Formats: sequence, C-alpha cells, structure tokens
Amino acid sequence: MTQTHADYQLSQLDQLEAESIHIFREVAAEFEKPVLMFSGGKDSIVMLRLAEKAFYPAKIPFPILQIDNGLDFDEVGETRDRWVQRLGVKLVVASIDDAIARGIVVDDGKTSRNRLQTPTLLNAIEENGFTAAFGGGRRDEEKARAKERVYSHRDEFGQWDPKMQRPELWSLYNGRLHAGEHMRIFPISNWTELDIWDYIRREEIEIPQIYFAHQRRVFERDGMLMSETPLNPLREGEVVTERTVRFRTCGDITLTGCVESTASTLDEIIEEISVARLTERGATRGDDRFSEAAMEDRKKEGYF
Amino acid sequence: MPVIATEKPQMDLLRFATAGSVDDGKSTLIGRLLFDSKSIFADQLEAIENTSEARGDDYVDLSLLTDGLRSEREQGITIDVAYRYFATPQRKFIIADTPGHIQYTRNMVTGASTADLGLVLVDARNGLTEQSRRHAVLLSLLRVPHLVLAINKMDLVDWDEEIYNKIHAEFTQFATKLNIPDLEVIPISALQGDNVVNRSENTPWYEGPTLMHHLEHVHVASDRDLVDVRFPVQYVVRPKSDEFHDYRGYAGQVAGGVLKKGDEVIVLPSGMTSRIAGIDLFDKEVDQAFPPMSVTVRLEDDVDVSRGDMIARVNNAPTPSQDIDAMVCWMTNEPLRPRQKLAIKHTTRNGRALVKDIQYRLDINTLHRDQETKELGLNEIGRIQLRTTVPLLVDEYSKNRTTGSFILIDEATGVTVGAGMINSAG
Repeated sequence: MTQTHADYQLSQLDQLEAESIHIFREVAAEFEKPVLMFSGGKDSIVMLRLAEKAFYPAKIPFPILQIDNGLDFDEVGETRDRWVQRLGVKLVVASIDDAIARGIVVDDGKTSRNRLQTPTLLNAIEENGFTAAFGGGRRDEEKARAKERVYSHRDEFGQWDPKMQRPELWSLYNGRLHAGEHMRIFPISNWTELDIWDYIRREEIEIPQIYFAHQRRVFERDGMLMSETPLNPLREGEVVTERTVRFRTCGDITLTGCVESTASTLDEIIEEISVARLTERGATRGDDRFSEAAMEDRKKEGYF
Repeated sequence: MPVIATEKPQMDLLRFATAGSVDDGKSTLIGRLLFDSKSIFADQLEAIENTSEARGDDYVDLSLLTDGLRSEREQGITIDVAYRYFATPQRKFIIADTPGHIQYTRNMVTGASTADLGLVLVDARNGLTEQSRRHAVLLSLLRVPHLVLAINKMDLVDWDEEIYNKIHAEFTQFATKLNIPDLEVIPISALQGDNVVNRSENTPWYEGPTLMHHLEHVHVASDRDLVDVRFPVQYVVRPKSDEFHDYRGYAGQVAGGVLKKGDEVIVLPSGMTSRIAGIDLFDKEVDQAFPPMSVTVRLEDDVDVSRGDMIARVNNAPTPSQDIDAMVCWMTNEPLRPRQKLAIKHTTRNGRALVKDIQYRLDINTLHRDQETKELGLNEIGRIQLRTTVPLLVDEYSKNRTTGSFILIDEATGVTVGAGMINSAG
C-alpha cells in the first residue's frame, strides 16, 4: 500500500507532547541538577505525566520541589502524595513557615504568602544547588508570560530580565550558566488551557477533586467566590452561602477563587472552558489583580 | 496498515510568524484574528479598554493585547517576540509576533525559525517598502515554506483593484530572486475586518481566499522531509531496574524520514551498523516514527551510542564534517570577526567553532553581497566558514531545517549570539 504524507500527520496534542518531551530530555541531558517545581495544580500534574513519558521505562531523573505556603487545599496534597508514590520520585518541600522560622523571609502580617513564595523558592534553589527548575507556566496565561522563553535565564539573584532574554531558535536551547545562576524551564509554554484539559482527558490523568463541581461554603470578595476557611477570616459585610462551584486554578486558598459550575466530568469541564468568557487567572486569581504588570513584576523578582 | 499508536489527527497545528513595519497594522490584524475567532476573553478586553481610556484614546487599541511588557506599553512598540494562540474548529494556531524594526532582525529570525508560514503586511498606500522586501528575504532565507502578503488598509485606497494588482506584480517580480515556493496575496482591512475572517463585499474583483480561510487550509504536512532518516540521539534511557534490567533505548525527536522496526541503520560518527529492534512511545511500542515524534529507539546489537550521535539509514547518511559553510545572522553588539572562537550547538551535539572566514555580508535590502566586509555587526547576515572541534552531522538547511541549523554561543557570557543555516559541509 502506498503511503501518502497524510499518514504521517500528528494531531496538535501529539505535536505539543513531542515538543515538551524533547525539552525534558534536553534539560536532563545538559543540566547538572534539575528539579521540577510542583504546585499540585493541573499544569504541574501534566508536567509530571510528560516527565514520566520522557524517561520511561526509567524513573524521572530529578526530584520535584514544592513550595508549601501553608495555605494549600488539602486535596492538592493528597493528590501529590499519590503521584509521588506511584512515580517513585524524590519530593523536596520548602515551606514558608519554615522560611519564616529561619528568618529567610519576614512575615510582617501585611505581605501575602504569595509574595513570600519567591524568596522561599529562591532559597530552596540555592540551598539545594539546583541549576534548572521546570515550571508549568503557559504563555497563554498572561501577557508577560507570552514573552517568556522556554529556557528562561535567571541571574544569581533569581531575577528575570525581559530585555536581556536569549534568542531561542529552532529547537536549539542554550543552557549555559555561570556559577550561582539558574534556568527556569517551561516545557508546556505552547499549550493552552484547553490543551491541558484535552490532555488530562486523553491520558486519564488524576487531578485534585476541587477542579470538579462540588458543594462549598463560599463568600464573595473582590468579585470572586472564596472558600470559607479559618485561614481566611471573613471581613465586615461578607456572608457565607453554600453553592455548587469548581476551581479553574489551584493556588493559595486565601487568593484563589472558584466559579459557579455544575461541570462534574472532564467532558463537561472542557465544554465549559470552550465557551468561557474569562481567562482562568482573570476569573480566579487575586494575585494577578494588584496591578496591570503584577505578573511581570513578580517574575522579575524571581517568581515562576 | 501500519499501526500508528497515536490518535488520528482531529486537529492540526500551524505555526506562523508575522512581520510588518511599525504602522502597517500588524498588532491590529493579530487583535482582529483573535477577536474574530473569539479568542479574546472578556477580562482581557476590559483591561485594554481601561488602558485605552486612561490614555485618552477614543478607540480600543487592540495592539495592547500583544504588547505585554511595561517598556513596550510605555513606548507603544513591540520589542520582542511574543507568542499568541488561537484556534478555529479546523486548526490550532501559534503566532510568533515579531517586531518589524530593522534593529530587531534577530527577533524576526527567531520567530521565523519555527514557522510554517510567514505573514508580511504592507500598507496599500505605500506599496512595497524596503522593510517588506527585507521581511520577504528573511522568510525566504529561513526557508519558511509558505508566504502570505497581506495588503492592508485597502479601505484607505478605495478598494482600488489596480493598486492591489500593482503591488502583487511588483512583489511577484521581486520574489523570483528568492526561494518562495508558495505565495498568496490578499487584500484586507485589518481595522474593519475585510477579508480577514469574513469575505469583503468591497473587493468583488478578488477571487482568492480570506486570510483566515487560507491559514486554516494551507497544506503543511508535506513540508517535512519524510525520505532522509535523521535521528539525533538526545538521551540514553537505561533503567537498570529489575523489570527492565537490560533495557537500553536511545531517546530523541525524529528530525527527518520515517524509522521502521527492522530497518538497517548506521550510527554516526562511529559508523557502526545495526537494525531497529523496536520503537517505544512511552509504554507503547509503535511500528514507525516520523517528524516531529519524540520516541525511544532500541537497536538489535549492543553498539556504543551516546548523546550527540545520529542514527540514519546506511546508504543515506550525512557526512561528519568539521568544516562548515553557512549563512549566519549575528545577534549581538560585539561584531563577529575572523579568528573568533565560539561555542556551537548543532542538533544534540556541542562543540567549539573557529571563524575561519567571513566571505560576504548580505545586504538584505538589495541582496548585494559585500565581499569587502571584515566583520558582521548586530542584525547583519553573512556567509561564513567555520572549523569545529567535533565533527558535525549536517545537512543543507534547504533540505532539513533541524540538521541544517545551529546556534553560536559566546563562551564568556553564555549568550546566544548567532543563528546559522548550513550551505554545505566543507
């Protein structure tokens, strides 16, 4: 049977997967001490799945690093533990509470835990001597991220300088570093939120239950629905009601809002995302609302 | 039928790079494509509406969607490549939005290096400018297989067919000097949306596709080389676990040709031959692999293979060479000079390179070859000869964009300073 070019086509999901796996292998081959930054959210879990595929049947040849801000959803930690056990990878946890106790960061009661994450992360990278840190950032998330390279160079202070980025040509990634510097690596740069969900469905990937519709006691703050929790005391005038909601991102429980939704299966979530009128970050992330360049400014300091 | 272990392509991917001068309306066009394909979200739109209003604009500036950095918004210009995403029911698109200024040639080269299609915008009132010619030259040099010339602002020239014909003819004439296998010339108004997504009633004389229709249907599957097998080894997978004690696989991304189980192959540069015992895609075995699949190849014999080696077919393999003749785009302030030593990365192979000669500097406006030149400055393109410390396994860039390309790195700063496209070995 004569084969035509049409037989040798990959779907866009397969193309994205092939590109991401190429990046994982490149980093594992060229960097002395990589680590995978893991938040427990859907993007991190897709990253774990891609790393698993890149090195199969060998184990993932680097540890995973979680910054525990003490304000995570319980379901996120439970999902994390099941993944870590199944893959047999080493888990490094750097906690903000610990960083406060050790005087690495100062909790002045005004700075959000989100801001304290950056120095905690940078300290963990330095203490462990990591030279490359994988992150699940996607360029479609935010306009500053749209400018980020797959290999994002960080100086000895962990800073990102958008004007000094290395040109990135073809699939030839330049991982050269000086002592004390490190690289942030974004293997899923070219994926969109919908791609992530399509992939989770296709690969039957286990994600935290909070992504699916459930009953939750919530209150309204800054136009978002926040979870009732002792970690996030009510302010004057805020009223708790029980609603059917789900989360579009997994972050700090005090800053991450949920949306009203009855989508309880992956098919229903994908249907909902396909017609969504708000971006995931715009809809549910308080940390991006501080200013127009909130993400850019945090990234310059070393946020991922 | 061979088993292809991946799903049937329900939707494929087109990567395109945009180019255009500062005021040709590029950001507006991208904004229009995103807007009309419903890829702009309400919160993004609200944010740019607020910014436009705060600035005192009496319209919503769609270019704010694409200028993501503070300094870009301050200056109102694009200074770096940005990547944008949108999808229609037919295709997913990745736009490399590249700046038009001459001083950002390197960014355009960056964006074009991975593009299937280049989109050059001209202002109908001005016709072809030096910049539009330069963009076409760069896209041709980077071997972007498809080119669209979008003649914008047709509303400002009363939808004059003569103007369209004149620019079309002028460009076709110019393109004969270049390598542009596929050209489409489309009259549009990005501001009003004519012929962008919807066919315009203002151009009854135009019979070609709308821009979106063309982007959705342009055939890119045959642009890859499916004949010459090229598999640069990226990583050796050796689990040494109880279950996979003797497993030894060579992981990489197929750069050319179709690898099949049972094929006789040669490993370069050692020259050892063996047969493909199996091709693994994660936990599934597949019968064949083709670009751009990332797979793991197992060989029948226990030959020595490591990162930087290349697997090819016995009678169709690249020749290892330490002498490289290439076109290079220089990307940093400190000029490229003969006798300079640089680090080089080609496929998965790293080495050092000595600049033996700068043969000429190409004037990308006139295509004139300046042979008197002694160096290449920032954003200049020229033909050079390199001698490398390790043999590279190269193809001509015109045959394979992966095995024909390399980057040059300044060893002191670690910065990528040059992008190379190989003419030949030797």
